[in-house]
Amino acid sequence: MGSKYAERRYIIIGALVLLGLIFIIRLFFIQVMDDSYKLSAESNVLRHITKYPARGLIFDRNGELLVSNKAYYDLMVVPRQITEKMDTNKLCQILDITKEDFISRMQKISKYSRFKPSVFEKQLSDANYAPLQEKMYLFPGFFVQTRTLRKYPDNIGGHILGYIGEVNQVAIDKDPYYTQGDYIGASGLEKYYEEDLRGKKGVQVVMVDVHNRVKGSFQSGKYDSAAVAGKDLILTLDAQLQEYGEALMKNKIGSIVAIEPETGEILALVNSPTYDPNLLVGRARSKNYSILNNDTLKPLFNRALMSSQNPPGSTFKLVNALISQQFGVVTPTTRYGCQMGYRAGSFRMGCHSHPSPQDLRGSIQHSCNAYYANVFRNILDKKGQTVSENFQDWRDLVVEFGLGNKLGIDLPNELSGNVPSVGFYDKYYGEGRWKSLTVVSLAIGQGELGATPLQLANMTAAIANEGYYITPHLLRQIKSEPGIMHGKRHDIPIEKEYFKVVKDGAEKVVLAGTGARSKIPGIIMCGKTGTAQNPHGEDHSIFIAFAPKENPQIAVAVFVENGGGGNKFGAPIASLVIEKYLNDTIAKSRLEFEKRILEANLISGEKSKK
Amino acid sequence: MRQQRHIFEGIDWLMVGLYFLLVFMGWINIYAAVYNEEHQSILDLTQRYGKQLMWIGFAAAMAIVMLMIDGKFYPAFAYPIYGTIILTLILVLLFGREVAGSKSWFEVGSFRVQPAEFAKFATCLALSKYLSSLTSNMETLRTKLTAAVIIGLPALLILLQNDTGSALVYGSFLLVLYREGLPGNFLVLGLIAVIVFITTLLFNVQTMLIVLAVAGLVAYFFSNRKRNDIILIVAAFALFSGMSYSVNYVVEEVLEPHQRNRIYVLLGKADDPHGVGYNVAQSKIAIGSGGLSGKGFLNGTQTKYDFVPEQSTDFIFCTVGEEWGFLGTTMVILLFLALMIRIIFVAERQRSPFSRIYGYGVFAILFFHFAINIGMTIGLAPVIGIPLPFFSYGGSSLWGFTLLLFIYIKLDAHRLYILR
Repeated sequence: MGSKYAERRYIIIGALVLLGLIFIIRLFFIQVMDDSYKLSAESNVLRHITKYPARGLIFDRNGELLVSNKAYYDLMVVPRQITEKMDTNKLCQILDITKEDFISRMQKISKYSRFKPSVFEKQLSDANYAPLQEKMYLFPGFFVQTRTLRKYPDNIGGHILGYIGEVNQVAIDKDPYYTQGDYIGASGLEKYYEEDLRGKKGVQVVMVDVHNRVKGSFQSGKYDSAAVAGKDLILTLDAQLQEYGEALMKNKIGSIVAIEPETGEILALVNSPTYDPNLLVGRARSKNYSILNNDTLKPLFNRALMSSQNPPGSTFKLVNALISQQFGVVTPTTRYGCQMGYRAGSFRMGCHSHPSPQDLRGSIQHSCNAYYANVFRNILDKKGQTVSENFQDWRDLVVEFGLGNKLGIDLPNELSGNVPSVGFYDKYYGEGRWKSLTVVSLAIGQGELGATPLQLANMTAAIANEGYYITPHLLRQIKSEPGIMHGKRHDIPIEKEYFKVVKDGAEKVVLAGTGARSKIPGIIMCGKTGTAQNPHGEDHSIFIAFAPKENPQIAVAVFVENGGGGNKFGAPIASLVIEKYLNDTIAKSRLEFEKRILEANLISGEKSKK
Repeated sequence: MRQQRHIFEGIDWLMVGLYFLLVFMGWINIYAAVYNEEHQSILDLTQRYGKQLMWIGFAAAMAIVMLMIDGKFYPAFAYPIYGTIILTLILVLLFGREVAGSKSWFEVGSFRVQPAEFAKFATCLALSKYLSSLTSNMETLRTKLTAAVIIGLPALLILLQNDTGSALVYGSFLLVLYREGLPGNFLVLGLIAVIVFITTLLFNVQTMLIVLAVAGLVAYFFSNRKRNDIILIVAAFALFSGMSYSVNYVVEEVLEPHQRNRIYVLLGKADDPHGVGYNVAQSKIAIGSGGLSGKGFLNGTQTKYDFVPEQSTDFIFCTVGEEWGFLGTTMVILLFLALMIRIIFVAERQRSPFSRIYGYGVFAILFFHFAINIGMTIGLAPVIGIPLPFFSYGGSSLWGFTLLLFIYIKLDAHRLYILR
């Protein structure tokens, strides 16, 4: 009988109880001790859907839309959620990619993260999006993310507005707000006002099943947050003036900067050659970018802020006229003669033919080099101080005009230009071994001076204001916030009366001087021509101007590379910009003049020379 | 001899109670596992929970019929029942319908039956009948071989149906034989064989041989160093070395890739949460996310949203783990332990060896299902597709277990009418 082995029941029961214990202990560890399963369960079932805010719009000062948004779709993927059974071929077919391409993309994405969503295909075309949307349930782990791209209705102001690009790892590491595939302002205002424009991302937590079908919101949306749209910007820019400026500069290399002197508001900031900002949007962005980047004419280069090596030329004479009066070495009636130039011993500085001698006003009207050589030497050789000390005093006042330092415009990558220091010459010539004559080219704005077109415009605004300038800026107002932006006011320690004398001279420049051909009927414009000497070819044409003389509304600096003397291109362009801004139209008598400027082509000529 | 007055007289209400408790809990969890907002009624017959209720009704009727049949019927008809089932298993091989790779279903209209589920109780009856006969003696080779044939025949036929999981269940009868006098060495040898099997796969044949040689030398030093001992040690060494080689061969050359992968995943040699190990990984996530007291009835996200495969059948334990937590899983394990210990207790009070052996058969089958099914959901056993008794969705399996248990309850109720 089996009862002989009856005690074996205890071994069997023992084995059973042992197994039960093992199960319970194991379950205790899995269910109570270990939290990782709960996290895995969450990642299985919860999807954090990012709600992308609309990026802020950008308007010009008159409410004209400069930058808007348009929707597009990104195909996203979470590698961990892809199942083996997925029909890869179908997806490849819809997206029109090869299987090898699919595999290599997945490998790259998996390397970044298996748990976080990554962009699989950027900016789906409408043709791809519709069939994909229908078949999404076939592709667990994939989902479509709606985003917005930028659109520039007027195609103007590429350098000002800038563009947005995908964030790189450096930006992600710096600011955890960004995740892979996000867009960030990469240049221009898009970059400078990134934090205002981007808004705030929102999140929606939903539950999905194994097929990635949304089953509902998680805990009635307790953890959801709405996206906050970016702030709209209203610029100081006048879109029409900007557009006109770009038209004038077509086929020329250079810049126009126009500022409202009283406020420092930038009315136009033209670079040429420019580019259509719409080119740097969407799938063709990187292709277009490299084309633009490799262009020898450097269309991406923001000359107005970054072309800092060029001397201001004769426009700088206005500054020396002001400083010399302030220092008391010249009065409005001081006269100097000029016989086709300035001579001192063996030194000679040429000048063009004009009536001689001239007083201070006349020296501006005729841009007399000899006059300013005398003036400048008077400044440096002033009794009671050494040349170095006098130079330092002179430089201190030059810098007050915003030269030699960054002005602090609300755009990235501004350069500072150059005003040479005492230290520079001490180093170059040796301490005490340079005299007023050594550096006399500074008298006529040549030599080691360097100024950006923006600085020239700002300097012009300071003269127009008779002694102060407001930091030039592009943002006029954040639309949702009350109040207009006020730039910082800088007062120049030079008496107001001295400015009046200089303004008289500048008025004469246009009436009967070097800029006479650019007279605007009905408007009293003050201006000054300049020529930046160019050892490599035709000189650069410079003109600064403001109008009207009393209570000026606009100050302009024009810089045209290889444009010859300031009267050739600088002055005509500046006069047209001013006329357009103040009168809205160009006088009939000047239409022929306008046409000649609009059609002038300095680029093909430049190319043929090389 | 007394006459039994009515069918419920003398039945063990504890086993019946545990049975209904487990079946009810199973049904509730099936409802939660396939819960569907559009079909909220638990009685909806288009849904699995509705169908399961129907199967439960059939099972209850079946249980009553089992209790109505005279207790003498089962020993008397053990062999014919066994024979019929063997014939059915052959027929299903010829005319059956293939479902999920296993040719193990009969189909009549929309109704499907899996004969393998009924082969368990039939084999149990035949084995009890044979071992309780006066001619059998566990100490003889003849009895061992005959018992092996009775167990092996259905197992082989089920293996041919490509239902490896169900075939493996028959290995559990080794426990019955052990209780009836099979030398413990067989279990020890079996255990060593399992260890050799696993270590060979974990490392390689060469390492295994070195370990075996060292073990042999150690055994030699601790033995009496008589001739018989030396022969035994050498024989054991030869046996296990041969086994190590053949395991290596079978796994690498004979098994299908998916079977080999399942073994490797279990042993931790292969790690691929989205391939073979996906089921186990998701199952552990579902159970593990339940925490101490669970997410609450119908609040399980992992099972409800289909992350766990086969959630209403083989992986029903995940729903318990996710919605009822550690308290729920412990409760279920304790209920199974209670039922199985009760079965052993009842077996030991039988006067008739037939009833006792049958009782151990019932125990062995439940034990194997319990161990493998729950073991696989928590990553302690390979994924072998066998249901959790009374819990898992499916008519055939529920009826098979019901027959198995209620024949035993009837035999127990009948015990007082049998002469010692």
